Formats: sequence, structure tokens, C-alpha cells
Amino acid sequence: MKISATLRVNGTSYPVELDPHVSLLRAVRDELGLTGSKEGCDDSECGACMMLLDGKPVNSCSYLALQAEGRDVTTIEGLAGDEEVGPLQRAFLQQFGVQCGFCTPGMLISATALLRANPDPSDEEIKIGLSGNLCRCTGYDGIVKAVRQAAAGGVPPLGQPPTHADATPPHHAG
Amino acid sequence: MSRSFTSAATVEEALAAIDLGARPVAGGTDLVVGARQGKAPLPDAIVAIDRIDGLTGIRNDGGAIVLGALVTHEALVADATVRQRLTALADACAIVGSHATRAQGTIGGNVMNASPAMDTGGPLLCLDAAVTLRSQAGERTLGLAELWAGPGQTTASPNELLTAVGIPVPAAGTGSCYVRLEYRRQMEIAVVGATAVLTVVDGAVTDARIAITALAPTIRRVPGAEAALVGTDGGAAAIAAAATATAEASTPISDVRGSAGYRSAMAEVIARRAIAGALTRAGGGSVEIPASQATFGDPGSGR
Repeated sequence: MKISATLRVNGTSYPVELDPHVSLLRAVRDELGLTGSKEGCDDSECGACMMLLDGKPVNSCSYLALQAEGRDVTTIEGLAGDEEVGPLQRAFLQQFGVQCGFCTPGMLISATALLRANPDPSDEEIKIGLSGNLCRCTGYDGIVKAVRQAAAGGVPPLGQPPTHADATPPHHAG
Repeated sequence: MSRSFTSAATVEEALAAIDLGARPVAGGTDLVVGARQGKAPLPDAIVAIDRIDGLTGIRNDGGAIVLGALVTHEALVADATVRQRLTALADACAIVGSHATRAQGTIGGNVMNASPAMDTGGPLLCLDAAVTLRSQAGERTLGLAELWAGPGQTTASPNELLTAVGIPVPAAGTGSCYVRLEYRRQMEIAVVGATAVLTVVDGAVTDARIAITALAPTIRRVPGAEAALVGTDGGAAAIAAAATATAEASTPISDVRGSAGYRSAMAEVIARRAIAGALTRAGGGSVEIPASQATFGDPGSGR
């Protein structure tokens, strides 16, 4: 039997009818059409589905959607507010923290949670803060640099040359 | 049976639903993940208990530190009293799952999941924690050794809900430490774990509790290791004897994370680190939380 509920996602309230077993991830992707959050492992290992629930990180694949009623859910679509992309997202682009992009929404959510709790993390703290998120492409280095740059502030707008000393593109031989 | 979901506002509402066959869910980090992994399907009737105010918070009632069933690992590791007085529990809570697991997972769910590899189990057992189980018929208090019956098994009735975990405030001069062997820093489960809770008075160990994790069907104390420490100065010979006794008491399984032989061999190493960490803390010295990472590669551990 489906149950009527209201999910508040990125500040917008959505009336939904949900089976009690439906995960928050499936509800947000399939019922709300917000497909930025990804399903990787579907059992809390990979972090691709990471969202914020009342500001705290949650593996949304393993959280019942009906439990989120009355709570504030934040997905990748809500991270930048009114901007097209926020400073953390720009830093990911400028530091080459994105390759295939599948892990990126979850990485950005985890990095957001980390920076809210710890605005000036060490590289070690960044690595621990992101270690619930798996990336198969980047080797993580650009991601850690991006979080460090976002923490330092002053991330330039897109379309300008990167200013960070580490932000040289990887060298591709041949 | 058709599926149902209710969200309880009070313990009484939750107990009424459970009495009718509903299963409780709080953070979902075991129940839902277990269903995804095929351990057990999600229950048809679910009662969410995550909004019950009466099950939150950490309070010190004088003789005991009482943890509400809904207290998260994140809240425990951030709590000053837990870090200072129940340090082994902070060691464990700091390394459970990932930051998302720690933000959503609750101590009540963790205890009732009864995994022989759970990080918080050894610290809770050695710190003499007792759980409060409530049903519509009443309330009872149970030690963890009486609660855990086997892997994933407890002696609680299906109509009972864990509402609180009480931990006596340790005696002055007590230091505690939990160390696990891990292959990675997060989203890891103990390959082998050991807890030591030691009280040292005037240079002599007056009380010792040692427990093993992922080395037996339930987390359990090791009386032989405790006897090897009590009455000694906690020197190298006593630590070695206790670590040997810990390995001898282990009856591990072989699985994807380690063979039984490897686990038994590592039991000695991990026990030694946990005992050394607890002795340092008992003496007022500092060992970083989580101790698993502080002692890894520490020259003082002989590795």
C-alpha cells in the first residue's frame, strides 16, 4: 500500500505517494525527477547517493524515504543555491576533481558536510571526510585539492585561468 | 500482508506497534543495508522510532552515564564525557562505517544488531554497560553478556525495544582503549579487535577487563588475559602474557576478511596495542582518538 507524504528537497515541498520500502534515493530520482544523486552500490559502500538530511550526510540508497518526511533533504541540485555552480563545484572543475562524474554529486555533498563541520580541514581530514565516497577515475588527488581550495576561499569564476599553484592540467604523453 | 509504515512520537506508540508485529527502524544503517545485501528482507510492518524525544541524549545521572537508544556514533565521539571517561567507546564510535554511517547510525541499533564484529561492543562490554529493554509488559535491565546470544542474535523478545544503554562511571585511575585491525580507514569492519579497560592505582593494575571482537561468535571478555594483568605493574611481561591469553581464547572463523589462523595471530598484536593504549591513558598520558590509527606503526608497539 502506498502512503502519502511530503518530501522537502532543496527547499521545495513535493507531495508523493510512496511504498514503505522505497529508498530516499529512488523517491528523489524516480518520483521527483532529481537525477543528480546516483545509485552505485545500493548498500552504503560507495557514497554516490549521498544527500544531506537536516544537514547531516546520509547514504540515501539505504534510508527509507518515508523517514525523511518533515526533514530537510539537500541533493546536489540544491548545493549552489541561486548560482549555476557554487565555489566548491568550481573548485572541483578547476582542480580536475571530475572525470567521469558519476561520484561527483556524492563527493560534493560529503565535502559540503565536511566543510560545514570543519571549515579548515587538513589534507588528512579531507581524505577521512571523503572516504565514504569511492572514485574510480581521478585517483582522488584533484578532489582533495579542490576541497582544500574551496576551504581556502577565493575560488575564481569559471572561464578564468586557474590561480592555484597545483592546478596544472595532468600531462598526457603522446 | 500489505506493507505499513508508521512514525512513532513516543515510546508507548512504538511499543504498541512492535507488539502488533512491526519492526523498529532508526538510522536504517543495518536494517536497510542488510536487506539490500540479502540478509533479511525489509519487514512488512515498520515503525520509525527516530523522532522519539525520550530516546535521545547523553546524561550523567551521577553513578552512570546513560545513552539514549537514538544517540548517534557521531554524537558519542563528540561528547566530552565519553571521550574522557569512556575513551574506548569514543575510539570505536570514531571508526564505525563512514561519516554518513556515524551521523545516522544509533547506539541502540548497533547493540541490537549483535554483530560479533561491531566496534562499540567490546568497549561497552568491558565498561559494564547494561541495556534497558522495554515492552508493553514492563521494563528490564540486562548486561550485554546476557543480551548477545550469537552472530546477529539477542535474547530480547521481538516485542521489546532497547531504550537506553547505561554505563557506570569508571573508577578513578581507569584508562580504556579499543583497537581494531583494519584494511582501510573507513567503511571497514573489524578484521580483529580488542578492548582493554584497566584501573591502575599506585603503579599496580587493580582491575582489568579485556574483550575480543571478530574473534568469537559474540564479543566476549577474556578472563585469562584479565588475570594476567591484575596485580602486576602492567609491564612488558604482563602485557605479553595477557596478549597470549587473548589469542588463545580466540575461536575465529575464516572469511573474506581473514583466515582463522591470521586472525588468531593478529589477536595477540591487537590485544597488546589495546592494553598499551589503556595503560597510557590510565596513567594520564595521551593516545589519539581513534586509537586504531594512533597505534598503527607506532615504534612503541614493536611493529
